[in-house]
Amino acid sequence: MESLQYLSPTTQFVLFSALKILVVFGVVMTGVAYAVLVERKVSAWIQDRVGPNRTSPFFVDYIPVIGPFLVRLGIFQPMADGLKFMLKEDFTPSYVRKIYFWLAPAITVVPALMTVAVIPFGSTLGSEKMVIADLNVGILYTFGIVSLGVYGIVLAGYASNSKYPFLGGIRSSAQMISYEIAMGLSVVPIFLLTESLNLGDIVKYQADHGWMILKQPVAFVIFLIAAFAETNRLPFDLPESETELVGGYHTEYSSMKFALFFLGEYANMIASSAMMVTLFCGGWTLPGTLLSTPSSSLLVGLLHIGVFLSKMAVFMIVFIWVRWMLPRFRYDQLMDIGWRRFIPVALANILLTAVVVAL
Amino acid sequence: MPQFTDLLFFAFAGMALLFGFLTVANPVSRNPVTSAMFLVLTIISLAGLYLLLHAFFLAAVQVLVYAGAVMVLFLFVIMLLDIKEEERRRLKTFTVGVGSVAVAALLGILTVSALSAKPGSPAGQTRLAIGDTAELGKVLFNHWLLPFEILSVLLLVAMVGVILLSKKDLK
Repeated sequence: MESLQYLSPTTQFVLFSALKILVVFGVVMTGVAYAVLVERKVSAWIQDRVGPNRTSPFFVDYIPVIGPFLVRLGIFQPMADGLKFMLKEDFTPSYVRKIYFWLAPAITVVPALMTVAVIPFGSTLGSEKMVIADLNVGILYTFGIVSLGVYGIVLAGYASNSKYPFLGGIRSSAQMISYEIAMGLSVVPIFLLTESLNLGDIVKYQADHGWMILKQPVAFVIFLIAAFAETNRLPFDLPESETELVGGYHTEYSSMKFALFFLGEYANMIASSAMMVTLFCGGWTLPGTLLSTPSSSLLVGLLHIGVFLSKMAVFMIVFIWVRWMLPRFRYDQLMDIGWRRFIPVALANILLTAVVVAL
Repeated sequence: MPQFTDLLFFAFAGMALLFGFLTVANPVSRNPVTSAMFLVLTIISLAGLYLLLHAFFLAAVQVLVYAGAVMVLFLFVIMLLDIKEEERRRLKTFTVGVGSVAVAALLGILTVSALSAKPGSPAGQTRLAIGDTAELGKVLFNHWLLPFEILSVLLLVAMVGVILLSKKDLK
């Protein structure tokens, strides 16, 4: 660490940013792989099955005692899944619009990964702030990037050039725009209270004044439900809805291109869990302990990151749990609750909070 | 030696011009979806230019509203239209005339404001320049209150108009 002091501030900034980007990317990718495993295990338990419990690579024999246990938990399943996706035949139907067909999976994944850039996932490690980009308009950046995510699905539907994917694409564009409004309106009361758009400031406010989920429960409920719609998860997975649209927008996709849509969905779930933790559940802080203030000690810094990741895991499990418990909404019901319930309620919530703040 | 931000400026400006050209006069494809996608890229390049001016709020809103919402609805409508017929359509003299007048007017406004700005002292050396939303709100609700209110009335009129048009059998 001594030699780092001789580097110019710019070089240090570039170096640390690159390091943080790499680490966060790695964590999100691992998170995606294991979220898929958790999804399969949780669905299995809910449906009274066992789930993946067979994948056992050759080195398991060398792990004493816990080796077979890990196999039963399916810890090695994501490796096999990844390998399967890469080795399957990448089939491109003859009738698709080639350029968009190739672009769409990438356009789905990139915004999902970019949203995590502004999220403060810890306090500090040494003197480095644990956020990739400490933007003053952090939350607006997130909404901007999230709103670009819809292009991947719309273009996939358009590029496939067949009717069910097309219907899926059209549905998703209407659904995501509708719920973006409700989502955007639901977080306005938070800014009225914290007087800042910076996510770090919002975490600090919650450390001093208590969590937002207690002060703004209505906003939290609207944000949570809108997050389900934005990530296309059940009960709002109408762009996919396999019982009526075959597989929706990704019907024509196979192999790694399909895996990218899959990855995008789970990365979106991770990003929205991280947003909910930051906005409503105090981010990396843990009230009542020494962990609610930034510290220069390396151990406390790591603990903060651990607290953040544990809170995120709770939200991920809620996402997965809900998927296997609730039936799908009908399309008109989806639009109806979006436009005629959530948006008016969110507006009323803004007005109420503004009056309280003004008083 | 040119600054890094200068290089970024030329990159974003070049991309904005190139994508803007490809939006209206794509030599390869006359597909409206392609045009719409190039317009999205133009909007994102413009957001990059706003970032270089330290207008973070404007850049974020540009991406959020135009690229993320307005253009998605454009795409939605284009996909529901008959694209083949749209590809065959030729330019009309009237459309070109109206378009040219609008562009000329916009160019006039931009030239006047560019000439009136003093070189060397970029507009807004205040906290506004670092994209502070509180400052932006103060300026909007004090100095620019009347234009702001007129714009909001205009948007309200547009909204009422849209609802009226979409409900033709309104009694």
